[in-house]
Amino acid sequence: MTGTRALSIGPVLFNWTPESWRDFYFRMADEAPVDAAYVGEVVCSKRAPFFAPHFEAVVERLRGGGKEVIVSLLAQVTSKIDRRLVLDLAGMEGLTVEVNDAAALASVSGKPHTVGPFFNVYNEDTLCFLAHRGAEVFCLPPELPKQAIAVLGDAAAKHDVQIEVQVFGRIPLALSARCYHARAHGLTKDGCQFVCDRDPDGMTLNTWEGKPFLVINGIQTMSHSCLNLLHEIETLAGLGVRRFRLSPDSHDMVQTAQVFRDVLDGRMNADEACTKLAADRPGVEFSNGFFHKVAGNTWSTASA
Amino acid sequence: MPPSIRPELVCPAGTPGGLRTAVEAGADAVYCGFQDATNARNFPGLNFTRKEMDASIAWAHERGAKVLVALNTFPPAGQTQLWKTAVDDAAHFGADAIIVADIGVARYAAKHHADLRLHLSVQAGASSPEAIRFYCETFGVRRVVLPRMLTVAEIKSLHDEIPCEIEAFVFGNIGMMAEGRCSLTNYVTGISTNMDGVCSPAAQVVFEEDDARTLTARMGGFTMDRFACGEAAGYPTICKGRYTAGGGKPYYAFEEPVSLNLSALLPDLVNAGVTAFKIEGRQRSRAYVREIVSAYRKAVDQCMAGETPHLADLLALAEGHRQTQGAFASKKWR
Repeated sequence: MTGTRALSIGPVLFNWTPESWRDFYFRMADEAPVDAAYVGEVVCSKRAPFFAPHFEAVVERLRGGGKEVIVSLLAQVTSKIDRRLVLDLAGMEGLTVEVNDAAALASVSGKPHTVGPFFNVYNEDTLCFLAHRGAEVFCLPPELPKQAIAVLGDAAAKHDVQIEVQVFGRIPLALSARCYHARAHGLTKDGCQFVCDRDPDGMTLNTWEGKPFLVINGIQTMSHSCLNLLHEIETLAGLGVRRFRLSPDSHDMVQTAQVFRDVLDGRMNADEACTKLAADRPGVEFSNGFFHKVAGNTWSTASA
Repeated sequence: MPPSIRPELVCPAGTPGGLRTAVEAGADAVYCGFQDATNARNFPGLNFTRKEMDASIAWAHERGAKVLVALNTFPPAGQTQLWKTAVDDAAHFGADAIIVADIGVARYAAKHHADLRLHLSVQAGASSPEAIRFYCETFGVRRVVLPRMLTVAEIKSLHDEIPCEIEAFVFGNIGMMAEGRCSLTNYVTGISTNMDGVCSPAAQVVFEEDDARTLTARMGGFTMDRFACGEAAGYPTICKGRYTAGGGKPYYAFEEPVSLNLSALLPDLVNAGVTAFKIEGRQRSRAYVREIVSAYRKAVDQCMAGETPHLADLLALAEGHRQTQGAFASKKWR
């Protein structure tokens, strides 16, 4: 069953210390029941040099652990540093990259690559176009509802490519030119002092009543709620989704991967699985609204 | 020395009446959309029926003005026909260009209407020479509408590296999130900016006043902002609300309610290679459009005559009566 229901670990989106970043992937390589792992800085090119010294070791270790390794590229490419980072990685031999911005498209044309959730693939025409240029896996934008995923699932089968869907973790909601972490500390992006490293799961924004709402991660805005599509996994598989992505947080991602693996393989039911995920994350609020075409922050365990 | 290229003044037209107002006030071109999800200002009471679009394009052409049709949302899988029909109709009515964001829509237009000019919408989020060149080389895009995140110096450097015209926003509401890459509205309301063409829909906004006459603005159960009695209350969008972080006081986590106003930078933008100035605001009133377009018409003409634009005070029309040069003037804005 693993062949058609692959589990993947998405790129670390937060600014963890280089050592914890390295150790996280080492542990995923050695212990997590995942088939694929995405590595690489997606949010801010200024962070990339910190991880560079550990990059090779992480890729080697993951491959050694039998994981398919894909290098995720930046989600927003503007500055010379952004562009250099993307072009260098996209041009490297022996690496499969995940395209998250149109800046990389020309470089990967004709070579096998994947398309990430930050690149707008909303319909079968876009999927078809990119599949013909060498895209093999499409991790869909998280706001796509069931009806659209169904059509994309059919299109993917027709073009012999795979659909991946994020099923766990904070939801990426927006990108900006401005760094909101820097802004919160009275700084600007160029002189940010890397204050985003203080929040391993992002900085929570609360409403006036103190209700957690969004999470800031540098130039990125994410959901405070944690996406959880455990109840939808069977439906997703039925729609032709072949890969299921977990977006890392600072909690026990090996256990999280095990829970999803057990549900994917039919060894655990979704309710039990949710209880296990919540036990390790006190106060967590789950959401699955986007899939059901209602407000993304909402959670319902009614039939998928 | 006056600039050698005369930039196009591109103005918003939310309705046929708005289109006539903008053209009469001096717009070189107007942009507008059909009454459905195919454009990013899909608001009630706004936009053009097929018949209105047909007639409005003819009316504008008689007066030497261009009409650019915005088809700048992302068709969800299974619903692409609505966008394809819109492309066909825009071409049939004689639109001077269509403004697209989705690769599927761009491909359809390039394949079926090779003579129809393609502009790349800001919603496509193309912010590097590599991205812009991809759209130019693949679909024959002739003009890019730049994201509002670049400085004038960066635009100048970009201009030398791309084969198409540059259109830049110069006035209006300044969205804080990268266009085409924001799902905040959908997260809160279940309506998608990218797929449904709606950002912070008015129908979802609730204002509540308490005994102390404090006004609370909510959307989808989340409080966007709160205003003490007498404090000016702006329209609550998620990215211009006030929130708390780390136990502090509520603050504008993303941006304050301000309007972009680049009138002082017009000569610099022309020198940077910008050939079209865009004014935001298809949802605005005809009176607003008349005032802004007239002021900018004058400013562009002065700029072309080699004079420093004599700036009408547009502050009264700016959101929250406050204005900014946003990302354009300095990297410090980021």
